[in-house]
Parts: sequence; C-alpha cells; structure tokens
Amino acid sequence: VKRKNQRLTLLLLAIAAVLGAVLLAMSALKDQAAYFYAPADVARDGLPLERSVRIGGMVKPGSLRREPDGVTIHFTVTDESPHSIRVRFRGIPPDLFREASGVVAEGRFERGGLFIATEILAKHDENYMPPRLDPKKGEHKSESLGK
Amino acid sequence: MIAEAGLAALWLAAALSLLQLFGGIAALRGEGEGMARLVRPLAIVQAGLVALAFLLLIQLFLRTDLSVALVAANSHSMKPWLYKFAGAWGNHEGSMLLWVTVLAVAGAAVALFERRLPERTLIATLAAQAAIGLGFYAFLLFASNPFERLSPVPIDGQGLNPLLQDPGLAFHPPTLYFGYVGISVAFSFAVGALVTRDVGPAFARAMRPWVLAAWVFLTLGITAGSYWAYYELGWGGWWFWDPVENASLMPWLAATALLHSVTVLATRDGLRAWTIMLAVVAFSMSMVGTFLVRSGILTSVHAFAVDPQRGTFILVLLALYIGGALTLFGLRVGTVKEGSTFEPVSREGALVVNNLLLCVILALVFIGTIYPLITEALGYKLSIGPPYFNLVTGPIALALVIAMATGPLLRWRRDRLKEVARRLAVPILIVAAALLALLLLAPGMRLLPLFGLMLALGVGAASLAPLWKRNLRRTPLFIWGMAISHLGIAVSLAGMACEAAFSRELLVAARPGETARVGPYAIRFDAADPIAGPNWTAIEAKLTVSRGGGEPFVLRPQARMFNSPPTETSEAAIATRLDGQLYTVIGKGDGAGRWQLRLWWKPFVTLIWFGGGLVALGGILALIGRLRRERRPRLEEAWA
Repeated sequence: VKRKNQRLTLLLLAIAAVLGAVLLAMSALKDQAAYFYAPADVARDGLPLERSVRIGGMVKPGSLRREPDGVTIHFTVTDESPHSIRVRFRGIPPDLFREASGVVAEGRFERGGLFIATEILAKHDENYMPPRLDPKKGEHKSESLGK
Repeated sequence: MIAEAGLAALWLAAALSLLQLFGGIAALRGEGEGMARLVRPLAIVQAGLVALAFLLLIQLFLRTDLSVALVAANSHSMKPWLYKFAGAWGNHEGSMLLWVTVLAVAGAAVALFERRLPERTLIATLAAQAAIGLGFYAFLLFASNPFERLSPVPIDGQGLNPLLQDPGLAFHPPTLYFGYVGISVAFSFAVGALVTRDVGPAFARAMRPWVLAAWVFLTLGITAGSYWAYYELGWGGWWFWDPVENASLMPWLAATALLHSVTVLATRDGLRAWTIMLAVVAFSMSMVGTFLVRSGILTSVHAFAVDPQRGTFILVLLALYIGGALTLFGLRVGTVKEGSTFEPVSREGALVVNNLLLCVILALVFIGTIYPLITEALGYKLSIGPPYFNLVTGPIALALVIAMATGPLLRWRRDRLKEVARRLAVPILIVAAALLALLLLAPGMRLLPLFGLMLALGVGAASLAPLWKRNLRRTPLFIWGMAISHLGIAVSLAGMACEAAFSRELLVAARPGETARVGPYAIRFDAADPIAGPNWTAIEAKLTVSRGGGEPFVLRPQARMFNSPPTETSEAAIATRLDGQLYTVIGKGDGAGRWQLRLWWKPFVTLIWFGGGLVALGGILALIGRLRRERRPRLEEAWA
C-alpha cells in the first residue's frame, strides 16, 4: 500500500463494509422478517405458507381447550371480521393469556389453515389490545407486505 | 417542599449549563478572560445541583410522598424498601434525571481531574458536554418533569411493574446509563479536539480512560441485563434480540471498535480521522439507544411511557445531536492530518479488520432494529427476531473472533505472515483437535454452535498467548487486561455454543408424586401449595431433584400474583452446578390436579455471564494500568 493512499484505502474499505452489511441485511430481511396478520388479512391474502409470521387478534370466548397431554392447547383467534384462525400451541402460555383477551402469536401456518404457534408473546400488559381491536387506534391498519 | 426544591435545583443546573456552553464558546473565541476560568467551576457546581435534585427525588420515593405525580404513579406504600429506593429511577422521568445526573457528574470529573489536555481543548470539551446536557435538561423540564405535583392526593400509589421489582433494577439501568454517558464524554473529547484542531496521541490518551470505563459499564450492564432476563422472565432464554437489548448492544459494539482504534491513535498516532468518526458513531448509538428506550416507541418492559410528544422531543434532540456531530466532523475532518501509516499485515491492520467487522455487525443490528419501526410508520407491521439476527451476525461474529485471536500476536507497523502462522500453531492445533472430537462425540451439531465451540477453545488458547514467555510479574496490567477480556469472549462464546447445542428441555403436565427426567436429573413433583409474600401471593411447586446417586435437593419455582398492579409473573427456581444449570418453571394448573412444569438442563450456560464478567474485569485492569502508567509519563509505552 502506498503511503499516500492509505487513508483512501481505509475509506473505501469502510464504505464497502457498510454497503456489504446493508445488502446482506436486505437479502436476509426478505426471508426472515415475520409479517403480522389479523384473521381478515389471511382471508383476503391467502395463507402465508413456508415462512414464520405473527398473528394477532382476540382469543374467542369458549374456544380454548386442552389436549389430554396437559401442555398442548387449542384456541381460535378472531377480529372484527367474520374470519378466524385456529391455533395450536404447545407450551406454557404467558400469564396474561386468557379468553376474550388480546393475543399475539408467532409461528407458521399449516396447509389446512391451522396455525402452529411456537411462541405466544408476553410483552404486553393487561390493557393491551391489538391495534385493530383498539377503538382508540381504530384507523391504524396492519397491512401485510408478504404477497 | 422537597419537590419544589428539587425542581429549583434542576432549573439552576440548567441555567449554569447554558452559561457553561456560552462561556466556553466565548473563551474559545478569545472574548472574556474570566470566562476561561469560569468553565471548570461551572461544571462542578452544576453537577452538585443535579445530584441534589436526584437525591431529593429518591427522598420523595422513600417517603412515598403521594402528592408527587411520579411517586403516585410508580410507587406504593407497601412496597419493600429497596424497590422504593430503586423505583426512583424505575420510570421514565426518574431515569432521565439519573441520565442527566450521571452526565453532569462525569463533566465535573473531567473538570476536576483532567490535566493532560491543553486548556483550550478542555474548555471546548466541557462546552460540548454542556451542549449535550442542555438538551436533556430541556427534555426534563418541559416534557417530563419528575417533580410535578398531583391534586387531589391519592390514597395510595399504583405500584411498580412487578417485573421490575427485583434487585437487578437497582443495578442494571444505572450501569447502562454510566456506559451511555461515558461514551458521550468520550464524544465531547472528540468535539474538543476537532474544534481546537488537536487530534493526536495526547487527545487519544485523555479520551481512552473514558472509553474504557464506558465500555466496562456497558459490558457489565449487558451481562447483568442478560442474566436478569434469563431468570426473571422464565423463558429460559438469555438473549432475545429485543430492540431494548439491541439498544444496549449497539453502543457496546461501537465502543468496542472505538476502544481498539483509540489504542492505535494513542500508541502509533494512526487512524486519526477514523477514531473521531467512531466516537461520533458511538455517541450516535448511545443516543439512539436512549431514544429507543425512552420514546415509548417500543412496547416492552422497558418502555415505561407511551407518549408521542416525548417521542417527538427526543427525536428532535437525536437529529440535532447526530446531525450536529456529523456536520462538525464533515467541516473539520479536512484539518485532521493523516497519521503514521502501516503495512496491511500488522497489529494496526488486524485492528482495522476488527473495526470493520464490528461496524458490519453494528450495521446489521441497527437495520434489524430500525426496519420494523420504519415499516410500521409506513403502515404495515412486521417483526424481526432471532432468525434474522442469528443468521446475519453469527458468521461475522465468528470471523471477528478469529481476528481477535490473531491481532494481539502481530507486531505494530509490519509483520510477516509466516511468523504469525508459527505463533498461531498451537491454537490452530487445538481448533483442529476440537473439531475432530466434536464430530466424533457430538455428531449432528448445527454449524454455528459447532464452529462456536471449536473457535472458543482455540481463541481461549490464543488469548493467553501474549502472556506466554513473559515475566508475568512484570507484565503491564493493560496486557493482562487485554488477555483476560479476550479470554472472557472465548469463555462466553463457549457457553453460548454449549447452551445452543446441548440444552435439554421438557414440558409436562404432572400430578403430585410423578417424576420427570431431563438431562442427568430426575425431578419428583411433590406438591403445589399456595403461599403469600409482602405484596404478592403465589403457587409454589416443591420439586425434589436428584442426579445419579447424589444427595437429593429441593427446588421451589413459583407462579406469583402481585396485588398492585395486578400482574402474574413466573419465578423460576434454578440449581447452579459447575457443569450447568437446572432451570425449573411452574405453569398453570388444569383444575384436575395436574400442573404444567417446564424443565431445562442447560450445560455450561453460566459460562455466558462468567465470560461477560471476565471481559469487564479485563477492562477494569486495563483502566487501572493505563491510569497508573499515565501518572508516570516518562516511562515509554513499549507495548499497548
């Protein structure tokens, strides 16, 4: 490396590194970002298969039941639309999870439309409502990009 | 009265800070002889006033003075003493006051103890500090006044979020704030040096202890936060790539890069503009970190307040600070002369590789953290979680670890690849042996944990190599510091790889009397009984645990219900052994006599935090070594 050009070389290296990082991030984001679906979104856009997504809505009253193993639960998520999503989850649901309350779950759809949740998110408090169901934020849309 | 006195102290401190800024500018322009002599005392008095305001706020919390809105909203007369105390900063306003207190105290420390810098550079540094502080004073006084009164006075307070009612709260946030603020002090030094065109080794030596100290605090804060989340949240995970965790990781990455480049500047007078740029980036990241946590833009445990007005305020501050820093850098970088140069294969070269890789990881984490916020503002929601972060940062982190093993074995300025390879022979052999052993003993390991464990062993060996054949008693402390920090990274990496590869998990619904097995343990579920604490009730499981022929012991995980605010939390019961942790959680009952139990055996998981502790210890040793050495400036710096 010529003495004079060292600063230029370093600058180019730094730019290349950051550009490389941005390109890598963009390509990884395409595959790895989990998009958010409400039941109405699924009805409109079809099932997002083969990728991890989040669903959100309200746990339908009376829909929660347990399998005989005691650790697998089934429930139905609804929103204001007439549509709903059936969910299966194996694990300990967070403390705030109950019927007629808001829920956000992460996982994948099966071809038949059953959502296999790998995680039920616990990061909200007892006042949490998904944006669609919250009258105060009624205009907030949760559109999905992954079409 | 206490609240009014606190508010008055805060206003006074803000006024002094304004005076410090304009006094500093006047002094630099050569107007007003007295101004130059005023700047140091101003910084000291200002710190005293803010500290007073902060102590008064703590006093209000200890007394549970419910006529103060902040106390009423966040405290409760029945709360244990420690949480009344720590609750003073377990909320938005209090934590911002803590921020500004730490900043002012750091400014006073610079004013009191910094003797190496030319007077003009020091004044410019203190003026820059005042400029940063002013924004936060404005934010406190106009948008989040911690001393606001409440009328009528409520009968009792609303209590503190139970997840925050933990000894960790007393420790975790202040540690991170010390780190953020330390970086802003380092940045003020960079501004001072840019303004007075004084970028060189002397400036680097003055800045280095602050970068080191900030980095130690960030390391401790991240390590403690990770362990806290691990045992308090009851999900068995130690890092969730939550935006708030990223908010502390990003400044750490930038500070790590800065720490290494400032060493090149101090020792070899190279990488001048580069170091200044990293100081700007590190400061920006600590501001972004504060913004992410404080704006209420995130829905998580950490986002105490959801208030768009505050968010806008901080966003404007952020734009002003980062924009100002970049503008100053752009205007003045032309005046920074190029430092001494070096060959690609050299210690400097390895440190440049370290800096580049750290910046790449930083960019990847930054994009992953910010992208969902941007898309949400545009109207659609998505989440970016561990799949993205692990995929993109994992391989680069491993490459970085290789650079870390190699760098300390290179000579400054110029070295030969052949000799480097010879010095690395033993670590390379260890890596090869580890690969062979892992392929034979643990077939089917996933790639990332496999490489992680393998490299951890080699890097562990390589990190001790700089101590090899030295007279250990005469080895300077900062060499020890470097070796121990690097070893800590290897130890932590080994813990992460073991946790990822060898954890065993069991989820069952059990009746009292039944026994479950996980890893080497047999766990008998004896009973689930209700118990009561000071401000909660709980279901407590009694688990009798035995391993092989060893003495059985009892674990008691709890599912707690707090009274105010009514919230349920899981208290995991954890048994720590030399070779790992048994982690037990009790879930819900099914009403028919069965209880959900979640059990993990996590081999060597404790190495993750032990390694983090070693990294911080290395930083502390290096800091002590540097400070001691710089008191005897005639001693030549042969090594760094």
